[in-house]
Amino acid sequence: MSSYLIKGARVLGGEPADLLLRDGVVAEVGPGLSAQGAEVVDAEGLVALPGLVDLHTHLREPGREDAETVDTGTQAAALGGFTAVHAMANTDPVADTAGVVEQVWRLGREAGHCDVAPVGAVTVGLAGEQLAELGAMADSAARVRVFSDDGKCVSDAVLMRRALEYVKAFDGVVAQHAQEPRLTEDAQMNEGELSGRLGLRGWPAVAEEAVIARDCLLAAHVGSRLHVCHVSTAGSVEIIRWAKSKGWPVTAEVTPHHLLLTDELATTYDPMYKVNPPLRSAADVEALRAGLADGTIDVVATDHAPHPHEDKDCEWQAAAFGMLGLQTALSVVQATMVDAGLLAWGGVADRMATSPARIGRLAGHGRPLAEGEPANLVLYDPAASRVVEPAEMVSLSRNTPYAGRELPGRVVATFLRGNATVLDGKLQ
Amino acid sequence: MRRHLLSAADLTRSDAELILETAEELRSLADRPIKKLPALRGRTIVNLFFEDSTRTRISFEAAAKRLSADVINFSAKGSSLSKGESLKDTALTLEAMGADAVVVRHWASGAPHLLANAGWSRSSVINAGDGTHEHPTQALLDAFTMWRHLGDLDGRRVAIVGDVLHSRVARSNALLLKTLGAEVTLVGPPTLLPYGVEGWDVATSYDLDAVLPKADVVMMLRVQRERMNAAFFPTVREYSRRYGLNGRRMAALQDHTLVMHPGPMNRGMEITADVADSERSVIVEQVTNGVAVRMAVLYLLLGGSEPAHAEDVPGSAGARAGGEQ
Repeated sequence: MSSYLIKGARVLGGEPADLLLRDGVVAEVGPGLSAQGAEVVDAEGLVALPGLVDLHTHLREPGREDAETVDTGTQAAALGGFTAVHAMANTDPVADTAGVVEQVWRLGREAGHCDVAPVGAVTVGLAGEQLAELGAMADSAARVRVFSDDGKCVSDAVLMRRALEYVKAFDGVVAQHAQEPRLTEDAQMNEGELSGRLGLRGWPAVAEEAVIARDCLLAAHVGSRLHVCHVSTAGSVEIIRWAKSKGWPVTAEVTPHHLLLTDELATTYDPMYKVNPPLRSAADVEALRAGLADGTIDVVATDHAPHPHEDKDCEWQAAAFGMLGLQTALSVVQATMVDAGLLAWGGVADRMATSPARIGRLAGHGRPLAEGEPANLVLYDPAASRVVEPAEMVSLSRNTPYAGRELPGRVVATFLRGNATVLDGKLQ
Repeated sequence: MRRHLLSAADLTRSDAELILETAEELRSLADRPIKKLPALRGRTIVNLFFEDSTRTRISFEAAAKRLSADVINFSAKGSSLSKGESLKDTALTLEAMGADAVVVRHWASGAPHLLANAGWSRSSVINAGDGTHEHPTQALLDAFTMWRHLGDLDGRRVAIVGDVLHSRVARSNALLLKTLGAEVTLVGPPTLLPYGVEGWDVATSYDLDAVLPKADVVMMLRVQRERMNAAFFPTVREYSRRYGLNGRRMAALQDHTLVMHPGPMNRGMEITADVADSERSVIVEQVTNGVAVRMAVLYLLLGGSEPAHAEDVPGSAGARAGGEQ
């Protein structure tokens, strides 16, 4: 196993220091380190953060290997600075058995670009009718702790209550895709003045907020951990803030695209901007940023959702929901939070590494960059900038909503247990 | 004029007035024994219909043929489209065939926008109705009909009544009539007015009887009975009682007030037979005017290279067609 001596990195944006990575751990941190035989990485001006952890990634395998595979998706993750991703369960077959979650976990290990923590489905086939064998998935080699029917809402209140209760036995968490199904039948975009003008079926904020309110109350009632996926409205932020003020065990995530983009983009009818939950108003974006800054929202999660070209190169109504996110997440967070003065790099480390690792119960991730800790880290150049080119995406899909947009920052290197998965911006 | 007509919002007041004036000149053609001009000879116009609409299709077809264009009807039914050919592949096919203009009707809001902007085709695109979005030539023919009866539309009060939520006709009319200076009031049950309609800069009302006495035009929209099943209103009878135009309500109108309907009508639901067939109903005339307005749109968008017949169409319309913003 090779060792690396990182020179002059600003840990969490602080004063420059050297880090020696050896035998998979951070062996030493301090000024003026030297080490024989270690490969030297010049990190002057670079920010060092714990390796990022994504709580919400669609890797599409098994079933839609035309859109993404575990291998290509985790390559994108490594290039984005991630050392662990949670692979969502809405594959084909659905990840609702120990067999499927172990398959995804094993594919991740074989690819080796980052750790893959499979998410288990809450209900069989995501059908919302019968609990999947949550315990079997928890006890499997994949050690599943996050359960979600993401893409579909566990809308049945009794089923949601039972799921919340049941996962307590293995310290699991239910990650809810909050979308009241009847209020969002054939919905296409945020319900507002624009949806009316554009003739696209509206997706009201209340359809998200009502489910979040119900689930917060349920989580409090049964004393179980609830995680709210991709919060997108100002009202949702308020409800979660209220639930947290009560001390209830509720956590929440926001996607990079909901921190940056608004429903105004639907006026192009370009399905690249079609996503679930939909892009919301500028006021919602502002509330989400504030919620992330004050900790109401615990986590930035990408909801990386690859789709083949033909599913996006068509009428808005016929197009698939979703956007790529892994390779642009940190840049978008820099642009919307750090450069906007809302979050320091320590805060970014918390929202993108420490908190998601804690929620997902990933012991080796999201740790401080200190002696003896696992050597999972990312080196990031906040002074760089680039114009996003879809062709730069190593995903099998190209559905980035940021094409042609200038974004700050560049991931220079990513280390997974002391091994470089990315060096000088290139996959190793 | 722009190259495409995708939304009534694309039209400035002078664009819209040019279309109405040109339509007036072209309308006289309908009364002649030979109803044909050479203006678009050698041009190919494709009627691309992903959704059934015999009325709109034959109106565009008649308009194009009276301008001597070659017309190809491309229907989703009975073609490769029913096997799921994509809009993109269809566009590429039409481009390869050398279509100068594509008249598109589609079930998806924004499909004409995509056709015009996705880079698949260089043709002019004319929106002949997309989803629940817009139907700009319907708004133009409605405005043309009003204009012929009432003159200048500045300050005229137009009530648009019924299922505004699902109506592309209402959206295009609200935009165009505002551009032309009319005062629009959208009338219907709150369930059938779009969310956020306050931002449209038009008046709204839930009370038809309060609006009728002041209206210069009452435009009734088709209401699908099936909406009842989605709880937009309780029963057809209740809808008719509250929002239907019947003989009693017609008596409250001013003498000059016009009654319009884009068709097809649900007689007995949003409009009774005695109103539809009354003197003040211009519903049949709307159809005649539709051909003239669509001729004007095609002529102006394609900037007819052949000057239209000198006696029939003044050079001014042709000359202005190219450079107008």
